[in-house]
Amino acid sequence: MPQSPLLKVASLSFERDDCTVFQPISFSVEAGDIVQIEGANGSGKTTLLRLLTRALEASSGSVFYAGVDIDQCLYDYREQILYLGHQPGVKLNLSAEENLRWMSPASTAPEAIVSALADLGLRGYEDVPCYSLSAGQHRRVALARLLTSRAQIWLLDEPFTAIDKQGVAFLEQCMQQHLNQGGAILVSTHQDLAITGVRKIRVEPADDAGGF
Amino acid sequence: MSNAHNAGFTGYLQRDLLLAYRRRGEAASPLIFFLLVATLVPLGVSPEAGRLEPLAPGIIWVMALLATLLSTEGLFASDYQDGSLEQMIIAPQLLAMPVLGKVTAHWLVTGLPLTLVSPIIGIMLSLPSDGFIPMMASLALGTGCLSLVGAVGAALTVSLRKGGLLLSLLVVPLYMPVIIFGSATVQAGIDGLNWFAPLAILGAMLATAVALCPLAIAGALRLVSSN
Repeated sequence: MPQSPLLKVASLSFERDDCTVFQPISFSVEAGDIVQIEGANGSGKTTLLRLLTRALEASSGSVFYAGVDIDQCLYDYREQILYLGHQPGVKLNLSAEENLRWMSPASTAPEAIVSALADLGLRGYEDVPCYSLSAGQHRRVALARLLTSRAQIWLLDEPFTAIDKQGVAFLEQCMQQHLNQGGAILVSTHQDLAITGVRKIRVEPADDAGGF
Repeated sequence: MSNAHNAGFTGYLQRDLLLAYRRRGEAASPLIFFLLVATLVPLGVSPEAGRLEPLAPGIIWVMALLATLLSTEGLFASDYQDGSLEQMIIAPQLLAMPVLGKVTAHWLVTGLPLTLVSPIIGIMLSLPSDGFIPMMASLALGTGCLSLVGAVGAALTVSLRKGGLLLSLLVVPLYMPVIIFGSATVQAGIDGLNWFAPLAILGAMLATAVALCPLAIAGALRLVSSN
C-alpha cells in the first residue's frame, strides 16, 4: 500500500450565501513540497487556505492529513499547521518580544525569541510597543513565528505584503530551509518565488460566481 | 492534552491582564463610570439617608450592571480586528478554554474592582451597615455571571461595526435574573433575613454560566469567523 500524502485535498469547494466561491479543487502535498496558490483577486485563495486551517467548514470535499480526515484528528492536525493570514494577529499594545512569545510554542526559549526577531531585522525593537512600528515591521513580527514554530505545514497568505526586497530574500531562504527539513508550504502570492521546484495551483472562480 | 488546554486558559488570562494593564485608562473606565454615577444619585434624588436607604440596593446593582455592559462590547473586538481571534480559533485546543481565560481576565479587571469599591458607594448611598457584606458577596458572584453572559453577546456581535445596541438588546434580558437575586440578597441582608438563599441562587447561576457560557461563546466565535 502506498504511503498517504502529508496533505491531500479531495474536490474541496466552498459556498458562501448559496454561491460557490471556487470550482472544486484537488491536490496533494508531500513533505518537502512547496505549492504556490495563484488566482485573480477574489478568486478564493484566502478561502482555500482558511478551509485548510478548518476555520471554515468546506461545503463539499475533504482534507486528509497523513491519510486521516482532519475532522477526525483536528487537534493533532492543528499542532502541525502554522497559518499566517492577512491580519497578522499582532497586538498593538504588546511589544514585539511579547507578541512573539505569545504566538510561539510555550516551550520556546527566550533567547530563541530574541534571535528570531533579530533575524527578521527587528534587533533593538524588542521592547517597543507594536503601535509605534511600521506596517512592514508588524508583518515581520508575525513572520518571526516561522522561525520559532515547530509546525510541519506552513499556510501563508500573502506573506510578502509590505516586506522589502532583503526581507523577501530572507524569507525565501527560511522557506527553503523548512522544505529541506521535510516541511511543506502552501503559499498564496502574486510574486514569483526564488525557490526551486515550486508547484503552482490555480484557484478558478466558479462559473456561477458572477462578477466577471 | 489537558496541559495544552490549561495553557490556553492561563495564557489568554495572562495576556488579557497584561493588555488591560497597558491600557489602564480604558480598563478603568467601567469603574470610573460606576463611581461617577454613584455620586450623582444623592444629588439627583436627595442626600437624606432616609430616602436613599430603600433605593440603595437597587441603584448599586443597576449601576454595576451598566458598568459591566459598557465594558463587554470590546471583549473580542480588538482580537477580531487584528487577526488574533482567528489564531485563537485554529489553535490546537478546546476553544472554550482560552475563551474562559479571556472572560476571567475581564471579570478581574471589571467585576472584581467594582466589588471592592462598592462599600464606598454603599456609604455614599447610606446603605445600612448590615447590607455591606451581602452586597459585596452578591456583586462578586453576580458580576461573574454578567461577564460570562455579556461575553456571549459580545461574541455574537463582534463582526458588526455598530453592535452596541444589539448587544444590549441581546444580553439585558439575560441579566434580569442576576439583578433580581443580586438586589434581593442585599435587601434580605438589610431586613435581617437570611440572605444566603438568594446568594445561593446567584451562585447556582454562576456555576451554570461557567459551565455553559464558554461553550456558547466558542460556538458564536466559530460562527462569526466562518463568514
